[in-house]
Amino acid sequence: MTHAAIPVTHVKPVAMWGVTGVAVLFGAIFAGVMIGETPLPPRMVLAVFANRLWDAGHLVDPIDAGIIWSYRLPRTLVAAACGAGLALSGVVLQALVRNALADPYLLGVSAGAGTGAVAVSILGLGGGLIGISAGAFGGAALAFLLVAALARAAGGGSAQLILAGIAGSQLFNALTSFFIAKSANAEQARGIIFWLLGNLSGVRWPDVSLALPAAAIGLLACFWFARAMDAFSFGTSSAASLGIAVRPVQAVLIGATTLMTAIMVSIVGSIGFVGLVVPHAMRFIVGPRHGRLVPASALAGAVFLIAADVVSRILIPGQVVPIGVVTALVGAPGFALILLHNRRRP
Amino acid sequence: MRLAARDLGWTTGGKRIVDGVSLDIEPGETLGLVGPNGSGKSTLMRLLAGLAPRPKGTVQLDDAPIETLTRRQVAQRIAFVEQIADTSEALRVRDAVELGRTPWLSALAPFGEQDTQIVDDALAAVDMLAMAGNRWSTLSGGERQRVHIARALAQRPRLLMLDEPTNHLDIHHQLTLLRLVCRLPVTVVMALHDLNQAMCCDRIGVMDGGRLVACGPPAEVLTPQRLAMIFRVQATPLHDPFDETTQFRFRCLEDDI
Repeated sequence: MTHAAIPVTHVKPVAMWGVTGVAVLFGAIFAGVMIGETPLPPRMVLAVFANRLWDAGHLVDPIDAGIIWSYRLPRTLVAAACGAGLALSGVVLQALVRNALADPYLLGVSAGAGTGAVAVSILGLGGGLIGISAGAFGGAALAFLLVAALARAAGGGSAQLILAGIAGSQLFNALTSFFIAKSANAEQARGIIFWLLGNLSGVRWPDVSLALPAAAIGLLACFWFARAMDAFSFGTSSAASLGIAVRPVQAVLIGATTLMTAIMVSIVGSIGFVGLVVPHAMRFIVGPRHGRLVPASALAGAVFLIAADVVSRILIPGQVVPIGVVTALVGAPGFALILLHNRRRP
Repeated sequence: MRLAARDLGWTTGGKRIVDGVSLDIEPGETLGLVGPNGSGKSTLMRLLAGLAPRPKGTVQLDDAPIETLTRRQVAQRIAFVEQIADTSEALRVRDAVELGRTPWLSALAPFGEQDTQIVDDALAAVDMLAMAGNRWSTLSGGERQRVHIARALAQRPRLLMLDEPTNHLDIHHQLTLLRLVCRLPVTVVMALHDLNQAMCCDRIGVMDGGRLVACGPPAEVLTPQRLAMIFRVQATPLHDPFDETTQFRFRCLEDDI
């Protein structure tokens, strides 16, 4: 009856859930490729995949093939990787700082990544030696350290962390705006503002080769430390007495989170609410234990962002709505529901 | 497991919280730590468990200095129940107790049948088996404390440290918990506020101002003179014919002035 009564270790249910999860993910990716301004039939999508993967030689209109293979597939894969990465970042931060409101967006990590990316792309920071992703990583890490230090100096409570996160977000967003105002021309400024709102339009295959490994590394780290994150339920001191090497585990997990957030932001801009709403929703379904919460959140985050991307493409015909707007339009009411639901229960 | 501490010290903000404590804990004994508020009981226990950062002095577990063991190896030997440990996660009782298996598990050694049995035994030991499916948020303070102790038991430690375990418990649960702790086949170190309850320990250590001022059998250590000096109370020993024990009745020394 209770979720705890289901044995976690039995191979069969785990394998079954794993297969189901992968099937759902593939289904979502397939749907993400099919649906768009020009709906493409499933047979054509399959034909293009077959042509590309093993030279099947089906006859397909080259324009449709281009839309499927060069445009929609990389875009959908990056959406999946970003959704999984952001959701996992939320899971990690919520577990480590023991705050239900922790997520890369609210703690200023996304804003820092945005500043880092803009500093590299517009100001030319690093003189072309460091890429936009590296700049984003530097900005994200700096933002997290600043916010964590401020929260600690302010007394280290839950409320202090969120307030420090707000201060950090504001500071880094202001820096980003300052860099844009100072150095960007009108064309650049428009592009960057659109990118900051979350935009998958420009995504191509090289982005996939960056986003997928980042998400995979994050997922592995979360799986490896799932039990450690459970042990943080009663605080860091309790985790230490349960045999967790607190500092190294925090360093690895926060490093993985910062890496994922930075790479996702550098590709698609800052997308809010995924890291906040997805883990909460999954806690209702699979419970708070990380052995289940990590895979469930990764899957749900991936599917959620693929769906958000599809909606962003078809909501207004002939126009792409920034995906950050879509996630916020769904995420904000979703989060409100979670708050209300939490309150009703004693 | 034998624990030997030499010259333990811990300082914060220029204030010596624990100062020059040397202590041997024998296998199987129950050691009670008593002392006024702020006398360093909790910090001493954290030092003994290797949980306090930047400690002074040495702690040996059998023949191994504690700093040569990993956190995980220490947790396989010592379980620690803190005074206040709460969670906002929607955990159930069984989830919380299963955390006790953490030092024995890894990504490559998952939770198995044997672990389920150990968790069941731990839940049964604190009389919480029937409530295994209840949510943490619905438990009373006493029930939470019993779950924490079950979690510590599930760790299968050789040394169990309890920081004021009878706080928040009603008198019935205080007595059953102490009886349970005293009967456990593990070495126990616990901080206690109730001096009469401390009388059931094999030895009592008295902390005052960060120093261990006395350590020995209860009858030798808890003398009216020492209680007057350290706790500023006048203690009158009373005889309980029911089980032939001595209990103290206390009065504030200031009342007599």
